[in-house]
Amino acid sequence: MTPAIELTNVSKMYRKYSGKRFATLKSALLQRSILRDLQPSETFPALADVSFTVTKGSTYGVIGRNGSGKSTALKLVAGITKPTSGTVRVQGRISALIELGAGFHPEISGRENVFINGIMLGLSKREIQNRFDEIVDFAELREFIEAPVKTYSSGMYMRLGFAVAIHVDPDVLLVDEVLAVGDEGFTHKCLDKFAEFRRRNKTILLVTHSLNLVERFCDEALWLDAGRAMDHGDPKRVIGSYLTKVEEGEEQLLASTTAKAVIGAGNDAQAARHADPTTERPADPTSNMFEATEGRWGSREVEITNVTFFDKDEQPSFVFHSGEPMAIRVKLRASQPVHDFVFGVGLFNAEGVCCYGTNTYLEEMNPQHLDGDAEATFAIDSLDLVEGTYKVDVAIHKRDGFPYDYHRLLYTFRVKSRVRDVGIYRPRHRWSFSPNVTFKAPS
Amino acid sequence: MRSNLANLLRYRGLISSLVARELKARYRGSVFGFLWSFINPLLLLIIYSFVFTTVMPNTTEGVQPYQLFMFCGILPWTWFSSSLSESANSLIAGGNLIKKVLFPAEVLPIVSVLTNMVHFFLGLPILVVFLLVYRHYPRPENLLWFPVAVAVQLLFTTALALIVSALAVHFRDIKDILSNLLTLWFFATPIIYPWFQPSVRQFHLFFDINPFTHLAVSYQEILFFNQGPVGHWKWLLGWGVGSGLLFLAGYWLFDRLRDSFAEAV
Repeated sequence: MTPAIELTNVSKMYRKYSGKRFATLKSALLQRSILRDLQPSETFPALADVSFTVTKGSTYGVIGRNGSGKSTALKLVAGITKPTSGTVRVQGRISALIELGAGFHPEISGRENVFINGIMLGLSKREIQNRFDEIVDFAELREFIEAPVKTYSSGMYMRLGFAVAIHVDPDVLLVDEVLAVGDEGFTHKCLDKFAEFRRRNKTILLVTHSLNLVERFCDEALWLDAGRAMDHGDPKRVIGSYLTKVEEGEEQLLASTTAKAVIGAGNDAQAARHADPTTERPADPTSNMFEATEGRWGSREVEITNVTFFDKDEQPSFVFHSGEPMAIRVKLRASQPVHDFVFGVGLFNAEGVCCYGTNTYLEEMNPQHLDGDAEATFAIDSLDLVEGTYKVDVAIHKRDGFPYDYHRLLYTFRVKSRVRDVGIYRPRHRWSFSPNVTFKAPS
Repeated sequence: MRSNLANLLRYRGLISSLVARELKARYRGSVFGFLWSFINPLLLLIIYSFVFTTVMPNTTEGVQPYQLFMFCGILPWTWFSSSLSESANSLIAGGNLIKKVLFPAEVLPIVSVLTNMVHFFLGLPILVVFLLVYRHYPRPENLLWFPVAVAVQLLFTTALALIVSALAVHFRDIKDILSNLLTLWFFATPIIYPWFQPSVRQFHLFFDINPFTHLAVSYQEILFFNQGPVGHWKWLLGWGVGSGLLFLAGYWLFDRLRDSFAEAV
């Protein structure tokens, strides 16, 4: 197996631009600090000691969060920047789909730009001449090719840039998140082109956020995080460990936003009550249900002290998988015994649409007694929602609607799904077909 | 550095197509299009003729018709000064290329110099027409020096363009300093006054160290003064060698700073 791309212990430092750096030549001259200031005073590592090898003819995916060093790695491979330490070796002609149409001049025609862009990417005039029709057809711009590029829509611009870059016929193709350039049809054409590259034993290095693409296309994957290689190898495994990490991050984020929302709403409510006790919010829960502004109100005779979501392992969580069980546990404290109470729960999606709402009164549970520290759990056997972020209402109020403590959209959780279905609710379902309908086995 | 210099020859296709693009793009959309390359110097010459024959007649002996004399120096000066001010901006304006594409950065200032050279060449026919109109013919054998002067100026301008463009990436003030410096330089060069004036001769040391003095004087001797052979050729060739060294120094500096461009532009 010959390596097409080989990075050995590569680090890349970027200089941090702080206010201390000289702003002008004058100040640099006056303070005699040109040489000193040209030395990076403060640096941060975009890549730290990363090594990986891409064998010739394979497709290699790089995944990671924003700012994890993916694009820096790609630029190093392309030779646009040099590593601070370590070595980068690439065999064969490179074409980098990093910024499409980077060299286009807006005033001149698409045709002229194709030629100049092609020359910039290392083709000769003759080579471009031979491929010109192919490029234009690929970009689907035949009728506009004589028009100045400034009149193009951004999609046309990107398509032309993509078409030129892909027709350079490189040995190594570097792709940085550029598949979002066109409509569905164009994306398919790009993917077909990539497949053709693979068949012709070319090497592809793909930087993307589309894990789906990595899983489908790549022979190997690398996960970068904060400039470090966290894992590399089989795409399925790497994506799995990446997703686990992402969920942890989301958990933390949701936990902190929820905490902030609860504290903020508590303070607001307190302030409002101190200011004017008559400004209690309207107490009709059914009308409130559909106007989505977050907040907290109520008389606090019974107070909600804590709301926690539990996952299938009965661990506190903020991220759930579609179809798994979920439980919402509400902790309460009643300062005095109450005999008229209703527990309510509502689930809302990110657009504020109520996905489901219920309370103990609607479900014909007759209140009898509540006193001291108490707990209520709303358990969902199967969370049949599509992927997305959801907010939760939790409330305790009287049967006539008078609120003890109403928490409006203060709690957030996320539903994850490997299936990209749409809507809100995913009914349990299965497909069945007559024998003459068949599908390929999943690859 | 040597391999990069050799690469420069490989980029000639790229350079020529970029120069062509700049020329095409400059007048794209205007009614007169490419004619502007002729109209601009023509208008300039007409204005100078009017000002210096009617408004404030210049009667300096030996440089009549004065507007022709002046134009012989101004045309190459315009090439020189526009090249430098455009180069100062070239890397920053082409930042997208340097940051996102594997692109030889030195091509950008070189394209600025060459584009302006083409404009210089396009201005020459206007000069020729005026020389004919005034029946003021240069000596044919002197014209043989013209390509030499152009070559020296090309080398000298490219050397400075490389230095200016590379430094301007790190010191953005250079653009503003440069425009003032060029104005000063223009008046410090015998372009609108002849170098043999006594008031100029007494500072000849100062004028001799100004490289553009020798270029301007050479152009004037080649194109305007038809009384004798070109007497300035030693200076011209001397500066040819000097420009060669300056070019190597400029390219060395550019090469040293090359890796910083992608981050600094």
